[in-house]
Amino acid sequence: MADVKMVNLTIEGRPASVPDGTSILEAAKTVGVLIPHYCYHPGLPVAGVCRMCLVEVEKAPKLAPSCATAAAEGQVVHVHSEKALEARKGVLEMLLINHPLDCPICDQSGECELQDYTYHEGRAEGRLRDPKRFNPVEDFGGDVVYVTNRCILCTRCVRFMDDVAHEPTLTVAERGDRALIAKFEGRDLTHAWAGNVIDLCPVGALLSKDSLNKARAWELDRAASVCPNCSQGCNMIVETRDNQIVRLRPRPNDQVNEFFMCDHGRLSYRWLNRKDRVEVPLVRQAGVLASADWEIALRAAASALAGKRAFVLASPNLSNETLFLLSRLASRTGGRGAFRVPQGDEAPLPGVGDLALRRDRAANGRGAELVGFTRSDTPLSGLGAGDVLVVADEELAQLDAGDAARAGAIIVIGTTLPAWARHAAVVVLPIANCVEEEGTFTNLRGRVQRFFQAKAAPGVARPSYFVVGDLLTAMGEGAGYWTAGQAFDALAAAVPAFGGLSYDGLGMRGAMIAGAAASAGATA
Amino acid sequence: MKPGDGKPHYLCCNADESEPGTFKDREIMRWTPHALVEGCAIGAYAIGAEVAYVYIRGEYTEPIERMNAACREAYAAGILGTNAMGTGKTVHVYVHKGAGAYICGEETALMNSLEGRRGNPRIKPPFPAVAGLFGQPTTINNVETLAAVPHILVNGAEWYKKFGRPDNPKSTGTKLFSVCGNIRKPGNYEVTLGFPFKDFLYDLCGGPLPGREFRAIIPGGISVPIQTREEAENSPMDYEGFVANGTMLGSGGVIVIDDAQNLVKQIARAARFFAHESCAQCTQCREGTAWSTRILERIVAGEGSAEDLDTLLDIGENMTGKTICVLSDSCATPIASGIHKFRGDFEALIKKKTVHMVPAQVA
Repeated sequence: MADVKMVNLTIEGRPASVPDGTSILEAAKTVGVLIPHYCYHPGLPVAGVCRMCLVEVEKAPKLAPSCATAAAEGQVVHVHSEKALEARKGVLEMLLINHPLDCPICDQSGECELQDYTYHEGRAEGRLRDPKRFNPVEDFGGDVVYVTNRCILCTRCVRFMDDVAHEPTLTVAERGDRALIAKFEGRDLTHAWAGNVIDLCPVGALLSKDSLNKARAWELDRAASVCPNCSQGCNMIVETRDNQIVRLRPRPNDQVNEFFMCDHGRLSYRWLNRKDRVEVPLVRQAGVLASADWEIALRAAASALAGKRAFVLASPNLSNETLFLLSRLASRTGGRGAFRVPQGDEAPLPGVGDLALRRDRAANGRGAELVGFTRSDTPLSGLGAGDVLVVADEELAQLDAGDAARAGAIIVIGTTLPAWARHAAVVVLPIANCVEEEGTFTNLRGRVQRFFQAKAAPGVARPSYFVVGDLLTAMGEGAGYWTAGQAFDALAAAVPAFGGLSYDGLGMRGAMIAGAAASAGATA
Repeated sequence: MKPGDGKPHYLCCNADESEPGTFKDREIMRWTPHALVEGCAIGAYAIGAEVAYVYIRGEYTEPIERMNAACREAYAAGILGTNAMGTGKTVHVYVHKGAGAYICGEETALMNSLEGRRGNPRIKPPFPAVAGLFGQPTTINNVETLAAVPHILVNGAEWYKKFGRPDNPKSTGTKLFSVCGNIRKPGNYEVTLGFPFKDFLYDLCGGPLPGREFRAIIPGGISVPIQTREEAENSPMDYEGFVANGTMLGSGGVIVIDDAQNLVKQIARAARFFAHESCAQCTQCREGTAWSTRILERIVAGEGSAEDLDTLLDIGENMTGKTICVLSDSCATPIASGIHKFRGDFEALIKKKTVHMVPAQVA
């Protein structure tokens, strides 16, 4: 990028140097100054309508909208000058005159930009002495409900549907203060990516029906994670309350998903909240599965595997670390491993290059292949008579019990246990699911991304890499893995594709595996 | 606009004459549509455009018919078409009927409307000369400007420049003024720029109605500051003359208000117009025009309070110079100038109130 011309300017007394064409608002971000704004969003075209980002530029006759004004050489910008503050105070008052101020019953409360900026820069009290405008709440279809009275008409939602989803659905209807967001005749927000308008809305006007009235924003615990619902690997934030996932939201990563996340990913979290979990290790004793402590269960599993060939049926929603250790387990016994990826329809987001809800509805099919598992629609076809079948997680539920009957013994390393396996398994080792442990996924383009623990695992269930590591130890190999990082570094040392990567070096944006095509996802 | 830049150029004629008190373009299109068609053809030729659009206000049914007929005649006579006037150049003039929005008279909103979008003003820069209609370099002029072109070409620039005040070489030529309100002879008048406004009002237009006196004059459509009678009587009718006397020439729509009128009611009516026509993009305009209207109408209804005037002025301050286009400023201007120059009218209404009604503060 050496050929990009840089311009130098001063913002709030701080020197900034940004590429030519950068807006003042973005330039200010680079020096740690947040210029209040509503209609501007880095993932959308500039509208310049909220007039909140007005700043004073020396020698300019009028206040400049910083989102729509390019940074220029030698500019001196005052964000918090009296003139600029006065203008923004005026905008805030205008935005509030028809706003119902029903924060106590508004889902957005606590993460509302109207609240935040009003606290920062607004008037202590309003001067409106006339009745407020009223409009009813409207169902926008999909997961979206529109609370008209709270709307500040920033048009982010309109621009998202027009310019990113390429499916014009919303528009501004009416003029003057009668204006509101409306759907086009016969259209609604059932687009696969329409849920993003909820995140884009800076106020409580567009709300998710799914998370409506479930929690206050300040009650939520948040953890950075990666969406496990397809192979795109969108970065997300898992928001929990009382150890329950309440909401999944996108986390920006311009290499993968920019600012967005599809509705399928966003709403598919109930399987991670399941209550029918295996909470303790189970060992078959006298024909009955009975709870046992970890030592006994691991020893029982090791002895079931002793001298036998293991066939590992792995879930493509397990982390790279766990899959790697499972492949070690298989190869150690001379066995093999296979996996199956559930399929669905592809749904691209056309405004962002290489971003789609992928056909592969699992996070880590690529990782499973890289560590040596075979992808197959009939994964159990490779199961030899008398092999020990090691079933690792969710795949279990979809298995044909008849195929599994060929196995000499069945060991389950899983989060749940369906009825038939209750009769068939000799050992059940309970593990955490992907929001209860940390680890990495490899997305379809080969980007290795970390996810972090968002909630506690039930009972005495342990992280999956930890359990498989312990099982390997019980079988006589190594000394277990205490952290996901240790497991990853072992993976990086053993599998060439992961060579050169280190767990700590992945950071929050991930890194590409060796030899993967230059860019993974998004525009990059 | 660069000639030969490889891009198509466009000419737009702004005939969306919607400024209250202004009706001069209507008469040009009704009575001399050929002057406008010629002006468009010459203008298009001058800027290297092959297409000119005449965007006419939707309510102007008769002018639209006249313009369409004039265009048909021009095509038949070979003045327009693929070989205009035998030059081998292509000049097309299309008449487009607006759908009745004041804001579509703003040049970039007009272009959005022509493109089939919602008539919202665009953020500038880029200006139309760089990226206008369909994103291409565009020149946009008013009907009166383009209709004057043929006459200037025929008679020469020197002829046109000799109209005007000798002491003000900046404003020359003639200007149409539409006169309405409380005056004896309303109508359209063409005067040379710099003509004394006092003579115009009292001689040409016949002065006030019997037994009345002029009180306030709005010389350029309701978007410009209101003048007191004294200010108006001192004004020469040109751009600089009006600015020197506290207002602007604007669209040339002269609205005369005499001493029998409730001035506050007139201002409230003007504000209601802007509140109705705001495109709803910018916050200050969308909310400010409506809020001002509510306060003004409350004052007219006898329920105003003393702090309302300061609130109005402060709202006006917030609405001025902070938005994409000037509709917001246009609403604030008559209100602010009205309060500054006729504060007594407002205070009388506020004092007169019989019901003390201040609802609980809710915002």
